[in-house]
Amino acid sequence: MKAKAHVTQEEYYRGVRMRPYDLVKELTYALVGIAALTLVLAAVLSSPDIPPVTIAGWAQTDPVDFVTTATSELQGSTTSAGYGAPYNNAGGEQSWGPIAPQIWFGQRIPVDSAGAFVIQPLKTASYGNSELGTALSQWDSANADQQTAWLSAYADALGKATVKDAKVAVADGDYGPLPVMMNNLLGVAQSGGLDGLLMVNGRFYQTDYTQALLFMGDSGYLDGLATDANLTGSQWGMMNETGSYPGQTWLWLYTMWYQVFPFTSDDGIIGLNGGNADLGIIILMTALTVALALVPLIPVLRDIPRWVPIHRLIWKEYYTPKKRSA
Amino acid sequence: MPEATEVKPATTGNRAKEAADSGWTYRTRQWVDRVLPMDHLLPHRQPYYVGSWVYVFGVITIAALVWVVVSGVVLSFMGPQWWHVSSLGRFFNSLHFWSVQLFFIFMVLHLWGQYFMAGWREGRAATWMIGVVIFGSSILTAFTGYLSQQNFDSQFIAINAKDAMNGAGIGAFFNVLNFGQMYGLHVMLLPIVVTFLVVVHIVMVRARGVVKPIDREGGSPS
Repeated sequence: MKAKAHVTQEEYYRGVRMRPYDLVKELTYALVGIAALTLVLAAVLSSPDIPPVTIAGWAQTDPVDFVTTATSELQGSTTSAGYGAPYNNAGGEQSWGPIAPQIWFGQRIPVDSAGAFVIQPLKTASYGNSELGTALSQWDSANADQQTAWLSAYADALGKATVKDAKVAVADGDYGPLPVMMNNLLGVAQSGGLDGLLMVNGRFYQTDYTQALLFMGDSGYLDGLATDANLTGSQWGMMNETGSYPGQTWLWLYTMWYQVFPFTSDDGIIGLNGGNADLGIIILMTALTVALALVPLIPVLRDIPRWVPIHRLIWKEYYTPKKRSA
Repeated sequence: MPEATEVKPATTGNRAKEAADSGWTYRTRQWVDRVLPMDHLLPHRQPYYVGSWVYVFGVITIAALVWVVVSGVVLSFMGPQWWHVSSLGRFFNSLHFWSVQLFFIFMVLHLWGQYFMAGWREGRAATWMIGVVIFGSSILTAFTGYLSQQNFDSQFIAINAKDAMNGAGIGAFFNVLNFGQMYGLHVMLLPIVVTFLVVVHIVMVRARGVVKPIDREGGSPS
């Protein structure tokens, strides 16, 4: 396949029979046709818009899950707490052999899950609340072993927690200040205060939802809603939309890799597995995209159209044997 | 009263004309005339083999893009909250949503059509490559759009997608949890990129013309 450089259209089409072709008319018809189709689809089918989940809604609907998540933040056992770069130095980064861009770029959006999602909001809420102030002082003055023991006992008790008057109640036990702290945090969250506290960060105007989304992402509540809506990663979630609407179907190939070996496996192959699936799939899709762009230069890929006779359907008239004139 | 203009000798006039003819403006116009004369940009005749519906997919994709941009301009003018609280806003969001779906459907059909026609032949490889970049840029633009919806879908897409971005090391620079960044990219930078590349793609197609069929005329494979 040699490129014919510097060949004018006149030279290229020399000897080729030409016929009238109205491009402007074709574009106008396409504009009108697509407008009509879009109008009909919009009028008949509308578009999806399930309201976003708020922290207030989460805390009101599932107080036990909210308190369990907040307790796990203090324990450092949530996804965000153990995430690693770019949020913290917990060391949960993905890598494939020497390829570790998550580690290379480091901690660039510092998020201290326990401090940002639990302790700081409680300190803000403790103004004029002596009971909460005392509980926080008790928490701060306790050593790490004592805090761990309280957290462990409280986390176990939450497994059998009940909700009474919109508060979480657990069996009697040695939980230190945690019941007071957590029920105060729950109250702030149920009133909508935590939605604001995680957004403001000392500024008035704000469009960055990193902290609020990380906190909600740690919950079982949001994950349950997403599972019901077929949005999780193992449900081809990236290409799905809420309801029965088409989503980003063009991401089917990217999403597919999350459903197949080695990215579903703990062991995997050649170092690629479920643990570094995000990195592995990004590398794979980048390579495939570059290959798609370079199809004209790649033998076999560029030859398939010649071997597969679909072009003979497209140019049917051109390939029809010409009848000889009498 | 202006002074009488001095009549210059013919040689001086020729030199001035030569200087004008060798200027950047003149040479740019000559280059444009040579690369893309008007009868190539808007031809009224095409080779007789340009008769399949496959040739229409590209034009329909452009038409869908026009309506994507028009509906998107209305949505961005009214602000990101509008379509959640107004029935008219919801209707414009629906126009945007469905025109995007049609845009991708016809772009993919165009891509497959061009693949099986091997549209990159005879000096058209760069046109194909720009087309793939448009496809990728469009996916990124749509992705930021889904993140900018400010509803449950965008929340969970953001939570899911951050892991891929962070795994690739770009999560702090392309923070899918930052609505402001995603919205800005979606309504400004990425549409400019896609539109610019589409214009370049069209100019390249028109400059070289459509490629000839793969096999020889009349039936026998080449």
